Amino acid sequence: MVEHAEIRMVRRGGSKINFREPVITNDSRFLLCAAGESVNVYSTSTEEFVHDLQGHTDLVTGVVLNPSNHLQVYSCSADGTVRLWDFMDGILIKTFIIGYPIYSIYVSEKHGGVVFVVVPMANYKSSELFQLVAVHLPRSGDQEVEARELSAVLCDVSPHPGAVSFGREGEYIAATKGLQLEVFFFKKQKSYRFSLKSGMKKGVKNAFTCVSCHPKEDCIATGHADGKIRLWRNFNQKKEYTYTTLHWHHGAVNTLCFTPEGTNLLSGGIESVLVHWHYTQENQKDFLPRLGAAITHIAVSPDGSLFCTSHSDNKITIIQSCVKVSAIIQGLVKGDGVWTDLIIDPRSKALVLNGKPGHLQFYSLHRDKQLYNLDIVQQEYINEEGLDQFEVVKAAFDARGDWLATVEERRKKGAELEINLKLWAYDKLTQSFVLNTTVTAPHEDRITGMFFSPSPETTMLVTTSLDDHFKAWLLADHSDTKEGFWSCDFVGGYHLLKPGCCSYSADGSLLAVGFQEVVTVWSPASWELLTTLSQPPGAIRDLCFGRLSCSKYLLGTSTKNQLCCWNLLTCSLEWSTPMDVSLLQADPLSENMAAFCSQSGSSDLFVFKPSEPRPLYSQKALCTGKVQHAVFAPRDQMLESCEERTQWLNRSQLYFITQDMDLLTFSTKTEEDRLLASSKQLMVDDSVAVTPFYLLLGKHRRQQLEKQEALTNPMAERTQLPQGSIAIKELLHTPAHVLPSASFLCAMFVRSLLVSRSSAREEKAEEEMESEKEEEDSEGEADPRLGESAAWAPSEEFGAPALTKAQERELRKVKTFDHSWLSSLLDS
Amino acid sequence: MGELKVHRVRFFDYMPTAIRAMAFNAHTERLALARMDGSVEIFNFTDHYFQEKVIPGKDSRSIESLCWVGGRLFSAGLNGEIAEYDLENLRPKYSLEAYGGPIWTVISNTQGTQLAIGCEDGTVKLFEVLEEHIQFERNLDRQKGRIISLSWHPSGTHIAAGMMDMIRVFDVPTGHAVQRLLVDRGIGGSKSRETVVWSVAFLSDHTVVSGDSAGKVQVWDGHTGTLVKTHLVTKWDVLALSVSKDESSVVAGTSEGTVIQFQFIAPTLHQQDKEWVRTRTFKNHTHDVRALAEIETAIVSGGMDTHLVVRPLLEKFDEKSHASGLRKIHFPHRNLVSCAKKAGLLLFQFPGQLELWRLGDSDGHGEKHTLSKKREMEEIQSISLTLFKQKGEDHICCSALSSCGGWLAYSTVSSVRIYRLQTDNNISITKVLPNPELAMTTKCIHILRYTSHGSVLVFQLHCIVPVYGSCPSAMGIHPTTNNLTMVHADQQLFEYSIVEKQYTDWSRKLQKQGLHNVWLDRDTPVTHVTFNPKNPNQVVLHDMHMFCIIDQSLPLPDQKTQFYNQMTLRSLSEQERPSHLHAFKICKTFQDLLCVSLLDDQSLVVVERPLLAITSQLPAPVRQKKFAT
Repeated sequence: MVEHAEIRMVRRGGSKINFREPVITNDSRFLLCAAGESVNVYSTSTEEFVHDLQGHTDLVTGVVLNPSNHLQVYSCSADGTVRLWDFMDGILIKTFIIGYPIYSIYVSEKHGGVVFVVVPMANYKSSELFQLVAVHLPRSGDQEVEARELSAVLCDVSPHPGAVSFGREGEYIAATKGLQLEVFFFKKQKSYRFSLKSGMKKGVKNAFTCVSCHPKEDCIATGHADGKIRLWRNFNQKKEYTYTTLHWHHGAVNTLCFTPEGTNLLSGGIESVLVHWHYTQENQKDFLPRLGAAITHIAVSPDGSLFCTSHSDNKITIIQSCVKVSAIIQGLVKGDGVWTDLIIDPRSKALVLNGKPGHLQFYSLHRDKQLYNLDIVQQEYINEEGLDQFEVVKAAFDARGDWLATVEERRKKGAELEINLKLWAYDKLTQSFVLNTTVTAPHEDRITGMFFSPSPETTMLVTTSLDDHFKAWLLADHSDTKEGFWSCDFVGGYHLLKPGCCSYSADGSLLAVGFQEVVTVWSPASWELLTTLSQPPGAIRDLCFGRLSCSKYLLGTSTKNQLCCWNLLTCSLEWSTPMDVSLLQADPLSENMAAFCSQSGSSDLFVFKPSEPRPLYSQKALCTGKVQHAVFAPRDQMLESCEERTQWLNRSQLYFITQDMDLLTFSTKTEEDRLLASSKQLMVDDSVAVTPFYLLLGKHRRQQLEKQEALTNPMAERTQLPQGSIAIKELLHTPAHVLPSASFLCAMFVRSLLVSRSSAREEKAEEEMESEKEEEDSEGEADPRLGESAAWAPSEEFGAPALTKAQERELRKVKTFDHSWLSSLLDS
Repeated sequence: MGELKVHRVRFFDYMPTAIRAMAFNAHTERLALARMDGSVEIFNFTDHYFQEKVIPGKDSRSIESLCWVGGRLFSAGLNGEIAEYDLENLRPKYSLEAYGGPIWTVISNTQGTQLAIGCEDGTVKLFEVLEEHIQFERNLDRQKGRIISLSWHPSGTHIAAGMMDMIRVFDVPTGHAVQRLLVDRGIGGSKSRETVVWSVAFLSDHTVVSGDSAGKVQVWDGHTGTLVKTHLVTKWDVLALSVSKDESSVVAGTSEGTVIQFQFIAPTLHQQDKEWVRTRTFKNHTHDVRALAEIETAIVSGGMDTHLVVRPLLEKFDEKSHASGLRKIHFPHRNLVSCAKKAGLLLFQFPGQLELWRLGDSDGHGEKHTLSKKREMEEIQSISLTLFKQKGEDHICCSALSSCGGWLAYSTVSSVRIYRLQTDNNISITKVLPNPELAMTTKCIHILRYTSHGSVLVFQLHCIVPVYGSCPSAMGIHPTTNNLTMVHADQQLFEYSIVEKQYTDWSRKLQKQGLHNVWLDRDTPVTHVTFNPKNPNQVVLHDMHMFCIIDQSLPLPDQKTQFYNQMTLRSLSEQERPSHLHAFKICKTFQDLLCVSLLDDQSLVVVERPLLAITSQLPAPVRQKKFAT
């Protein structure tokens, strides 16, 4: 198969934003975090996504501010490069090629021109040994530089980024691994190691989990697996070192962070409580509880006014002045796994899957944003490891999106399974789902499949379970109550075989249920067993009816690597092909089907029509591992692609989740072009987050603000007069790194002030002339200032007449000449 | 020896009393410990923390504070008297009324020339320490309110005194109070209650450290009288403070049973300004920590829960050894139970009384293990109980019972009494001799007396056992061979033939080969030696955690052999077993042992006092918030 250049697999949203510690910029306006292969920039005040820094070709594993320039940021990635960015404009300044996959990055103000990265040990490529190396960044003008000057600092460190921390003024670096803390002093080039006892017998888990150094004093805080925090002091001695123990957490301490002045220590763990220790008075602590999910990282803004915490449910919380949660940046929640399949909500077209424990999340794929969470279990979630709690395992929407069915279950070792089936009705007033019926223990065993009937007349739900039955549920109408509730209508079975899957035909007139090796076709109207189809060997794994022109076909996959297609009119096997199909998915808007096949550790994709022998599209080696969940999401705007290979993407888009929980999709060139154009449109020179509101009101308000300033403070404007010229404005607003050298600029700048080689007197006059022009402009805007400016008007009047018309024309010429190079630079 | 019938005795209600005060003499490495019943114990820290001497208490005596001056030990108590102890004869030498009401504390200056006491009436009294006596010198300025705690500045010019709600600093030459440091009260409900400054420490840089009833440890500048730092360490009281010798560390004991260490540390490395930082917390007690001493290598603490804890500071040790292990001393290092082997009687010694019990007959219902060496039986029922109430207020030092059960003897500080037992009648003979230990053989009574120098004198036979560097912790004379078996505090074992006046061959062989490391690493001394009446080769001895039968006919274990081999032996077949046997047969089935003895009918008497039973008799500890309650 030929690779199709026009169809590309892309990560579209839903990336992990809690993977590494976020960074707050010096002015506390932006938050940067590693998200998949890019670095996302969010606004801290509006929690809006501003833009992203794209360029890495593998997972970004660390983001740090450049200590020598607070407008730049270093990022490192598993692709073996460190990149320097201007995050305000999203420009890649430099790429340093290290050559080894990088796991984390550390910088210190004292070590200028050096970054410290954790890379695998060179000699032990296969094993899990890592070392901390110092990389001297070469000073060269090139965009792409090879940094080969590596010197090992510490051997055998943990790849976890929280396990290494710089001490006061970069004098030492502390690293933890397992039961050992190692402190390396740069001046003496000497390291000290401190070990703790494993102490497993008393239930003590001493293993280090994280480390943070006090910024002003010589004190190292370490977090431990049993919830203790130790403050180490006197660690420049082998024996006389000492530590204080603080204990509040009952689970492991995931992260520790000192505030910039060192007055407070922040810690977080599975309890989802941010604990705020006062450094000098250890027994005093403040709490910020109920943060939703386990805290994985804490970052503090350089001025100490903002904290941000990353949570295990792919969320970043921004906390203002220690107490107030001011913003929440929520990504797609990917917990331990996707229990429910990927579902599209017919109303909001949002992707629906299980999110936070006990919740369903509605995630907008177009805006890459979580819309809302629906609490399904409606029980308090206990933040404690090793508890069996209710999980949402199945969810289904009916065709119009009026009904939502959910199944929650609690798996307990050795105890009986608890299952609840809940049915939710859409309430137009509140725009959300309201619980209608709860069925406790709808089946005696786990539910394997749940589908609504697609026919618009009847709302019927079918559930299949491992207890050898499938059940049909109907909304019973009761005249006495306003709203009906759901009850069981039919219980079906076939020879005591376990039903594995079921599928409705597109019009809802047929129901196919796979009982191990036998496919049974039922009529939901009469609950009559119409026919049985069997194609031994192998149990049926997936069933799918064809749609539109292909609705006479029923497709099934079996465990014994068979993909079969039955013709329902003749009740015979139309064709079959040997394929290990792990997932079969039908596009609801076309007759297309997508089959994911797993072959030798990676997945292949085939898109085909059941009636046609040739696949529309195929892609080998899509990703490693099995694809278990995929969904066709309808587009909000149809694509007008005529090409055969991309036609299947016109009406809907195929999303799938890989084994590594990455949400991937396919995109075509035309689509990307369109996206690029829209993002360009949004790019505004001012770097405040762009929201529709801002576009509407922000400009208007800014003009007003400027006007007001001009009114209240005329003197200030007068001193800023040179900035009024467009040339200088552009000069000042161009990013420093794209400007030519200062000597060149200076000449240009001076020339911009000059008019011609005429006398000094004329020059002066001209300057005054210019200022007067400005003056006049502002006067035109604001009349009340006239009287005030009259005080220095005479001198102006003196200069004004000296300027002839010709000179003025010349001046304009100079002006236009003067910034042409700039605009050309900007355009390039 | 195959199986033994066991009398498991658990009805000895021995109850140690709470530790009240502690003083460590760094020069002689002796720790003096005062208990609530007025008894004083001396521990020798160089000799495996052995309890070397016990001065029995007295009903009327209470001790609040102890103080060493050179090798002399002084105590003061709420009865208003200062007492000095005769450490040779183990009794108070003299006591002196201070005429200031109850005394809360006594300290000496570093030169050892003066004693200062803090009295209920608000006076600090200075006493001059003379050669054989002490003499009242003068009062410092009298204050309103009692003086709870005192601390002398190392230079001897100033004294800090902890009082109610405040600390006073006195200038010793003039006797005037120069500083008044007000201590804050607790917050909330305890605001109306006065703060008691339980303990103060005056450091050589004129820093005053105080611990008070509001749970604070405060650091003050003694020159200016300003508060430097407050550490709120507990919701309850901070009861005791102790400063290390180099003044780099202070430990504080609290009502919660924790000991908290503070260290004088520079916040940034390589800089001179240091501050007191709270570092480690040790929790080895369940109740109030009333007494504390920070010695060179360890923190010693004791309190209401009656046991003494030696917590070594691991950074002071180069390698792990038995000296760096945590040590808890629960039971006295001497024998409180004596057993009449023939008559089956048990004598229990309490401070104020003796109890005599007779062992009952077993009903023989215990299950039989064919391979087990000992067979356990249900706890033995007592048949008769005889109670001797000690007359007078002196407490009993020691007691013994002859093996025929016909004689009973006990002694107090002032007298020895011997009784003749005839089932229930007793005839008394009195004899005045202060003796720390009595042992009786069947026919004649040998009164053995050991001195603290490690030599053993046997009266009547007039021979002196060669001097050994460690204190003997237990000894016994074999009934048939007249060999003297001695066990020392450092776990060494000797056998001395009294007849031949030399060590026996077995003892020499044992010393030559050396004892097994496992044996040497045990942390409780052997407190009792007895013999198997049927088999002269077998010696029975026990410490708190195990008892051991030494069979002198079997080969000695070398370092490589498995020392605790009873379980292995059980799994071996009959043929293989003899090759694995060695002389030390150790049983750890019984714990918290006070006495193990073999009766003439080959049944074993085991007297246990479970620590849990002691703990359950203690008063309730202070309320503490526990996680998830």
